[in-house]
Amino acid sequence: MNRNALRAFMVKEFRHILRDRQTLTILLMLPLVQVILFGYALRSDVRDIRMAVIDPTPDHATLELQSRFLSTNRFRIVTTSQTPDVIEPLFRRGRADVALVFDPDFASHLRGTEPARLLIAVDASDPNAGTTYLSYARAVISSYQAELSAQNRQVRIVTETRMRFNPTLESVNLFVPGLIALVLVLVSALMTAISLSREKERGTMEVLLVSPLRPQQIIVGKVLPYLALAFANVLTALLAAWAVFHVPFRGSVVLLLAESILYTLVSLALGVLVAARTSSQRAAMLTAALVTMLPNALLSGMIFPIASMPTWLVPFTYIAPARWFIVIARGIMLKGVGLTILWRETLMLSLMAMLLLAAAMRSFKPRLE
Amino acid sequence: MIPSAAAPARAPRATGVANGFAIDARDLTRRFGSFVAVDHITFDVGTGEVFGFLGANGAGKTTAIKMLVGLLAPSEGVAHVAGFDIATQRDQIRRNIGYMSQRFSLYADLTVRENIRLYGGIYGLTPGQIVERTTTMLDTLGLSSNADDLVGKLPLGWKQKLAFSVALLHNPKIVFLDEPTSGVDPITRRQFWELIYAAAARGTTVFVTTHYMDEAEYCDRISIMVDGKIAALGTPTELKEKFGAESVDDVFVRLARGATKGEAA
Amino acid sequence: MQTLRYLLRKEFLQIFRDRFMVAQLMLMPIIQLLLLGNAATFEVKTARMYVVDRDHSETSRGLVDRLQASRRFVAVGSSPSTDVGDQWMLERKTDVILGIPSDFERDIVRTRTAQVQLVLNAEDGVAAGVTQSYAAQIIGAYANELEAELTPMVSTAARGSGAGAPTSAGARPIEVRARGWYNPDLNYRDYMVPGILVQLVTLVGTLMTAMNIVREKELGTLDQLSVTPLSQSVFMAAKLIPFWIIALVELTLGLLVARFVFHIPMLGSIPLVFAAAAIYLLAALGIGLFVSTLVDTQQQAMFVTFFIIMIYLLMSGLFTPIRSMPTWAQWMAQLNPMKHFIEIMRAVLLKGATARDILQPIGILALFGTVVLTLAVRQYGRRVG
Repeated sequence: MNRNALRAFMVKEFRHILRDRQTLTILLMLPLVQVILFGYALRSDVRDIRMAVIDPTPDHATLELQSRFLSTNRFRIVTTSQTPDVIEPLFRRGRADVALVFDPDFASHLRGTEPARLLIAVDASDPNAGTTYLSYARAVISSYQAELSAQNRQVRIVTETRMRFNPTLESVNLFVPGLIALVLVLVSALMTAISLSREKERGTMEVLLVSPLRPQQIIVGKVLPYLALAFANVLTALLAAWAVFHVPFRGSVVLLLAESILYTLVSLALGVLVAARTSSQRAAMLTAALVTMLPNALLSGMIFPIASMPTWLVPFTYIAPARWFIVIARGIMLKGVGLTILWRETLMLSLMAMLLLAAAMRSFKPRLE
Repeated sequence: MIPSAAAPARAPRATGVANGFAIDARDLTRRFGSFVAVDHITFDVGTGEVFGFLGANGAGKTTAIKMLVGLLAPSEGVAHVAGFDIATQRDQIRRNIGYMSQRFSLYADLTVRENIRLYGGIYGLTPGQIVERTTTMLDTLGLSSNADDLVGKLPLGWKQKLAFSVALLHNPKIVFLDEPTSGVDPITRRQFWELIYAAAARGTTVFVTTHYMDEAEYCDRISIMVDGKIAALGTPTELKEKFGAESVDDVFVRLARGATKGEAA
Repeated sequence: MQTLRYLLRKEFLQIFRDRFMVAQLMLMPIIQLLLLGNAATFEVKTARMYVVDRDHSETSRGLVDRLQASRRFVAVGSSPSTDVGDQWMLERKTDVILGIPSDFERDIVRTRTAQVQLVLNAEDGVAAGVTQSYAAQIIGAYANELEAELTPMVSTAARGSGAGAPTSAGARPIEVRARGWYNPDLNYRDYMVPGILVQLVTLVGTLMTAMNIVREKELGTLDQLSVTPLSQSVFMAAKLIPFWIIALVELTLGLLVARFVFHIPMLGSIPLVFAAAAIYLLAALGIGLFVSTLVDTQQQAMFVTFFIIMIYLLMSGLFTPIRSMPTWAQWMAQLNPMKHFIEIMRAVLLKGATARDILQPIGILALFGTVVLTLAVRQYGRRVG
C-alpha cells in the first residue's frame, strides 16, 4: 500500500518539475553552458608576458637577445627605456610583468672578457605567474648563451620529459573534469535545497509528514526525480567534454556514469539536509550556495593541488564531495583506471551519501510534542 | 448567510456627493494578451459610501482594483480616484488612499508596533502622530498587550483587522479593501464590518471587493462583475427587486447562470 | 530622506531577527577565509620520485642526491624496471619517475651530453608543470657542477694544444640575476587571500540583494508598498543599502583576519581600499538588485545570480590568468567587476599603489555601477507600470 503512495508522490514530483518550463530549462541548460564556457575560457598555460626592456646602451647584442624573446611568441615588449625608473609605475599599475634590465655596456662586455650582466625583475605579487615568467626568461637566455659559447664546453643533461596521462598539458583535460564536478555539485545541491525549503515555507511539507508516507519515503520521492534531472546534466556535460573539448575517455564509460550518479546523489542529499536544517527559503539558498561553491572550488584539488596544501588542512578537504569525484573522473578519463584503483574514493562517496541521507531523514521526522 | 437582523448596527451616515465622486470610471478596460480581464466597466462611488465590488473568483475584481490603486495601467478607458486621473496622477492618488491587499501584507517578521511605525513613516506622519495613533489603534482593536508580538504569530483574524487599521493609519479619503474577510470566522467578519462602518462614519469612502455575497447587504451600493463586465449596479434592495430575488446571493446566481451560457445578463 | 530611514530600519530589523542568517552573513565568510586562504597555493611541497637508475654510477647517484637534497623530491622507491614505476604512478604512489640510462656517466665524460627521462603525473597538470621546473633547475645546476669538475681536464688539454682558450674557460658569458618584486618569498597567501575575501563578500552580498526584492514580491508585501507614496528610487536604495553596509563590515572583518592571521602586507592606503570597495560593492550588489527586478520567484533569482557569480568567480583571474584566456573571454573579464576590484586590492595592498595608479579600474567600476543601478531602477519602474 505504501509503495503505491510513494509512486503517486514521485509522479507528482515529476509532473511538478516538468510543468515549470522556465526552471526546467535553466536546470538543464545552466550546467552545460557553464561547462562549455569555462572549458573554453580557463587556460593554465602562460601566454602574453609583457616585458619592459631597460637598455642603457643599446647594441646589436642586446637587440639580438630581445628578438629571441619575441620569437618565443610568449613575450611582448611593451616599452623600452634607458633608465630603470619606469619599472616601478609599470608594475604598480599592472602594465608589465617582467623587466629585462641590461647593465651598461652589456654588449661590449659580451665581446670582451668581463661577464655581461643583466637583471630579470619579475612582478612576483602572483607567485605562480612570477615563477613561470622567470623560468621562461631564463630558458631564453640559456639557449642564447649556449649559442654564444664558442667552444660549447658546456655539460648538458638533456631531459626528456613526458607528461603522463596528459602529454600536451591540455588545459581542457585539466579543467573539464573538475568543472563538471563543480557544476554538478552546485546545481544538484541547489535544486533539492530550494525545492524542499519552498515546500517547508509554504506549509505543504507538514501535510506530507502527516500522511502515511514515512520520512524516508518522502525524501526518496523528492530526491529521485531530481536524480533523473541531475543525470541528464551528467550526460550533457560528459557529452560536451567528449564532443566539444575532445577530452579522452580512456576508461569505462559505464563506470564513469555510475560514479557520476553516486556523486550527484551525495550533492542532492546535501541539498536536502540544508533544507531540513534551515527555516526559510532564503536561508536555505544562501547556506547551500555558501557551503558548496567556494569549498568545492578551492578544496577539491580542481585548481589548487591538494599536495600543496598545509597538512592540517588536508582532512578538511575530505568533506568536499568534489574532491573525491575529481580523482575518479580524472582517473577514468585520463588514466583509464577502474575500481581496483578507485575503490577508496568510491567508498568515500558512498559513505557520504549514506550519512547525508540518514541525517536528512532524521531531521524530517515529525517531532512529537 | 447572515440574516439582516443580525447585521451590525449602522449609524446613519451623511451622504456626501458635495465634492463630486470619490471614484469614477468610464469604460475601464484591461487586457492581458488576448484575454480581456476587465471589460469596459463604468460606475461611480460617492464620498463616504461603502461600495461593494462583488463577483465570483476570477471575474476581474482584483484586476479592477489594481487599476484603481495604480498597480496596473488600464488598456483603455478613464478613471478618477479622489479626483485624480489613474493613468497620469498616480502619485497624488497614492497619498490619498489606503489599501489592504488580498494577502494582508503586513511583515510577518516584524512586530505589530514596528509595522505600524513603518507605514506611519512612509505616509509622512510625525513620530508624535505615529505614537498617538498606534496607541489609539491598539486600544480599539484590543491588541495593546500584543504590541511587541511578531505579526506572523497572530491569528488570522487579528492580522486582518490590524492590516485594515494600518491602511487607515494616515486617514486617507478612500480605502480599498481586496477580499479582506477571506478565510475568517463569522464573528471576526462581523467585527471587521463594524470597523468598516466606523471608518465610513468618519467620512472615509470604502471600496471593498469580496466574493461573499451576504456581505453585500452591508454595503450602500454594490456592483456585480461577471466575466469582466458589470452585470448589475445599485443598492442591494434595488437589485433584489429588479431580479426578483430574496438575497443578493440569488441575484448573483441568476447572473452567473447567464454567464455560463456565454451571455451577460 | 525620512522615509528612507524608516525603510532601512525595517530592513535591518528583518535581517537581524533571523539569527541563522546573521551567523551565515558574518561567520561563514570568515571561517571560509581562514580555511581557503590556506588552501590556495600552487607550491608543490615534496614530489615523490621513483628512481629507475640503470647506470649505478657515482654521477647518476649524484643526480638523485641533488634532487633529494633540494627537499623538493623524495625517493620513494627504485628498481631497474620502468614498468613497476608505471604501476606505482597509476596507483598514485609516486608523482615522478626518473629514468637514468646505463651510459649516463660515460656519455657525460666522453661527449659532455647525456640524457635522462622524467615522467610526471600530469593528471593534475598544474603540479606537474611546477615540479618540472623545479627538476629542470636542479638538473641544470647539476650540469654546471659536473662541468666545473670536468673543465680543469679540458683546459689543460687546450693549453697544451696552444689554442687560445679564454681565461675563464667554461664560465658563462652572461651573468643573470633575478629579483621578484613585492613578494620575494613567493608567498601564495599574500596573493590569494585578498582575492578570496573579495569573492566571499561578493557571493553573500549579491545573493542576498538579489533575493531581497523578489522576496517581497513572493510574500505579497510589494503590492502594499507600491500603493504608498514611496518613490521608486528610495525603495531601491533601501533594498541595496543594508547589504552594502553589511558587506563593508564583512570586508573589514576579513581584512583584519588577513592582517593578523595571514600577515598580508598592507603597503598602500587602507582608506583607499575602502573607497574602492564602496564603489565596487555598489556595482556588484547593483547586479543582484537588477536581477531581482527581472525575475518572479526567489528560486529564479537564485539560479540567475548564481550563474553570474560563477562566471565572476572563475573568470576573475584568481585561479587562471586572464591573459591566457581566448580574446572573447578576456573581453568578458573586462566586464567582470570582481576582476577589477581584485586588481585594485592587490595593487594597493601588495604594491602600495596610489589612487592615480588605480584610476582605470576604479573608473570602470564606477561606470559599471552607474549603468547597473540605472537599469535596475528603470526595470523596476517598468514592472509596476
